[in-house]
Amino acid sequence: MNHYSYIAFIPLLPLASFLVLGIFGKKYFKTFAGIVGTTALLASTVLSLYTAYRYFMIDGKVNGVFQKMIALKYTWLQFSPSVSIDMGIILDPIAVMMLVVVTFVSLMVHVFSLGYMKGEERFATYYAFLSLFTFSMLGLVLSANIFQIYMFWELVGVSSFLLIGYYFEKPSAVAAAKKAFIVTRFADLGFLIGILILSFYSGTLDFGVLIQKLTTAQSPEFIAISTASFLGISMLTWGLILVFIGGAGKSAMFPLHIWLPDAMEGPTPVSALIHAATMVVAGVYLVARLFPVFSFDGAALEVVTYVGACSALLAAIIACTQTDIKRVLAYSTMSQIGYMMFSLGVSKYGGEKGLGYMASMFHLFTHAFFKSLLFLGAGAVIHFVHSNDMKDMGGLRKLMPITHITFLVACLAIAGIPPFAGFFSKEEILLAAFNANKLIYGIAVFTSALTAFYMFRLYFSIFWNKEAAINHVHHHAEGTWSMKIPLIVLAICVIAVGFLPIAQLVTSDGAALETHIDLVFSALPVTLAIVGILVATLLYKKASTLPDTIELGLGVFYTTAYRKFYIDEIYLFITKKIIFNLIGRPAAWMDKNIVDGFIILLANTTATISEKIKGFQSGKVQNYALYFFGGVIGLAVLFIYLWN
Amino acid sequence: MNDIPLTHILFLSTALFFIGIYGLFTRRNMITMLMSVELILNSVNINFVAFNKWLFPNSLDGIFFTIFVITIAAAEAAVAIAIIINLYRSHHSIDVEDASELKY
Repeated sequence: MNHYSYIAFIPLLPLASFLVLGIFGKKYFKTFAGIVGTTALLASTVLSLYTAYRYFMIDGKVNGVFQKMIALKYTWLQFSPSVSIDMGIILDPIAVMMLVVVTFVSLMVHVFSLGYMKGEERFATYYAFLSLFTFSMLGLVLSANIFQIYMFWELVGVSSFLLIGYYFEKPSAVAAAKKAFIVTRFADLGFLIGILILSFYSGTLDFGVLIQKLTTAQSPEFIAISTASFLGISMLTWGLILVFIGGAGKSAMFPLHIWLPDAMEGPTPVSALIHAATMVVAGVYLVARLFPVFSFDGAALEVVTYVGACSALLAAIIACTQTDIKRVLAYSTMSQIGYMMFSLGVSKYGGEKGLGYMASMFHLFTHAFFKSLLFLGAGAVIHFVHSNDMKDMGGLRKLMPITHITFLVACLAIAGIPPFAGFFSKEEILLAAFNANKLIYGIAVFTSALTAFYMFRLYFSIFWNKEAAINHVHHHAEGTWSMKIPLIVLAICVIAVGFLPIAQLVTSDGAALETHIDLVFSALPVTLAIVGILVATLLYKKASTLPDTIELGLGVFYTTAYRKFYIDEIYLFITKKIIFNLIGRPAAWMDKNIVDGFIILLANTTATISEKIKGFQSGKVQNYALYFFGGVIGLAVLFIYLWN
Repeated sequence: MNDIPLTHILFLSTALFFIGIYGLFTRRNMITMLMSVELILNSVNINFVAFNKWLFPNSLDGIFFTIFVITIAAAEAAVAIAIIINLYRSHHSIDVEDASELKY
C-alpha cells in the first residue's frame, strides 16, 4: 500500500554519521568531520523534503483527509499477544512537518557550524554529537509507539546533555549540562508514569490503538480509565497531566524551565538547533501527538493552557531585563513555546474548533525558522565580538551587514509584523485564544507586545546603540560563507513560510481548514507590536541613560524580573535546604550506618572467623594428609553406621 | 593355600595399611614417606587379591586392578622422586618440615 519504507534512512543516516565520527572521527576525520556529518544530513533533508512532497501532494490524502500511515513496523519486544513494544515509523501531517523542520534546521546548523566551530579541538566529536541528536530527534518524531517515543525522548536528553557540556572544561557548562539533565529527567519520571497509566488502562503501547481506544466513549477502556480515580481526579486526567509534565520538562514550561537559560552554555549553533528549534518543541509535539486523547479531557487541557500562558508571559517579562543575548533568546523561546502550548490547550479536536491545534503547529513551524535564524545570527555576532553580553556590542550594523539584515528579518517575524512568517502563525493563535478564552487572549496580546519590545531591544543593542568598539573594526571579517549562507537561506524561509498553506495540511483531524486573515482582528496585536518596537527604538537606538533611569524607577519590579522571579533561588532553597536536609541526610545516614553497617558486620565476622581458623593451613604436608585421612574416616563412619 | 582363612590375610593388609599411615604421618623424610605410601598401596593390593579369590574365584577382575595399582604406583614413584629431587635442589633438604612456606 505504501512505498514509504525508505523513510527509515532519514534517521539512520545521521546515526551512521554518528557512529563513523564517534568511532573513527578523532583519527581519520579531524578536518573532514563536518563534511561527513553535513553530507549525511543533506541526504536526509532531501529525503524528507521528498517525503513531504509525496505525502502532502500525492498520496497522503484519502477523501480529503490526511491519513495516518504506518510506514514501517517491526515488533521489538512482545509481552503478550496484544502488548508489544514496536519500532515503527508513523506518517501523519505533524510527523512529516516535523521531519522537514528537524532535518532542515539541523542542516542549516551543520553548515553554520562548519565555520563557527572551525579549529575546535574536538571538532569531530561535536559533529558526532550533532548527528546523534538529529538521529534521536528524527526517531522521536517518527515514533509510532509511545514507548519508542520515550526511548528517543531520553536519547534526545542525553545528546542535549552532551552538547550543553561540550565545553566541559568550563565549570558553568558542566553545571548547566547537569542541571538540564536532572530537571528534564525529573520531568521524564512524570512522563514514564503517565505512559504506564495510559497503557495500563488501554492495554496497548501503540499510538493508533491507544488513541482509538481512549477516544471512544463507549469502549470499556475509556470507561475504566475515566471512572477510576485517585485523589478525586480521574486516571485519564492523571495520565495526561503526567505525560504533559514530561513534555513541559523538555519544552521548558514554567516551573520546569530553569534549565533552558543555563543550557545556553553550549556552542551557539547547538542552542539554535536544540534549545530553540527542535528539541524544546518535543513537548508540544508530544501533546499534539496525543491530542485526540487530550481533547477528551477538559481538565488536562486547562492545565496545558494555563501553564503555557503563564510561561509565555513570565518568560517575556524576564527576557526584557536580561543582558546576555543568548539568554534573551532562550527566554523568548520559552515564551513562544508557551504560545504553542496554550494554543493547543484552547483547541478542540476536529473541524473549525481545531484552529488552536493548527495554529500551534503552524507557529511551531515558523518559530523553528525564525528562532534558529536568531540564534545563528547571535552566534555570528558572538563569533565576531567574543562576548555574549549586550554591553560589549553595539554599532555592528556596518560591520556585519548580512547578519544585520537577516537578524532584522527574524526580529520582525517574531514580533508578528506582516508579512513575515510569525505574523501569520501568531494571528491564528490569537484568534484561537480569542474564541476560547478572553483571559488567555489578553495575556497573549500583552506578551506579543512585550515580545516585540524585547526583540527590538536586543536588535538595537547589538546593531545600533553606541558606536562599534575600535578593536572590532580591523579585527576580522563578518564570518565565513558557511556561516552566511544558512543565515540567508533561513531569512528567505522566514519570509516565505508564512505563506505556506499549513491550515490545509496540518490539522487536528487531517481535513483542510479554511482560514483567512481578518484585518480588524489583526489590527490590535500588530499595533501593539509596533508600539513595542517604537518604545524599543526610543530607548535603545541611541545610547542614552533613559533605560537605566527606567530600571531604577521600576526598582523592586525590575530586580525581581532581572533575577528571573527568584525561581532558581526557590529551587535551590527547596533542594538544598529542604530536600537535602530532610531527605538527603537521613537517607545518607541510613546508607552509612544501616546498609553499610550490615555489610561491614558481615565482612568483620568473616575476617574474625578466618583469623581464628587460618592456622589449619600450616603449610605442612603431613597435617594436610592428616585432615584428609580424618575426613575419609569421618565419611566412612557416616556412610557405614549413620546412613540408613 | 585354601586353608588360610580370609581374616588372616585381612589382618595382614590392615596391619600394612596402618604401618603405612603411621610412617606417612610421623616421618619427615620424604623418601620414607614415599615408601610408606607404597606400603599403603600394597595393603590395598593384598585386599584386592584376597577378595577376588574369596568372592569370585572364577574371574580375574580384582587381579587386574592390582596390576593397575602396581603400574600407577610405579609412575607415582617416578613423579614423587622427581618432586623430591626438585625439593632438594631448592631447599637442600628433603625434610617436609623445611618446605612449609606455602601457608597463610
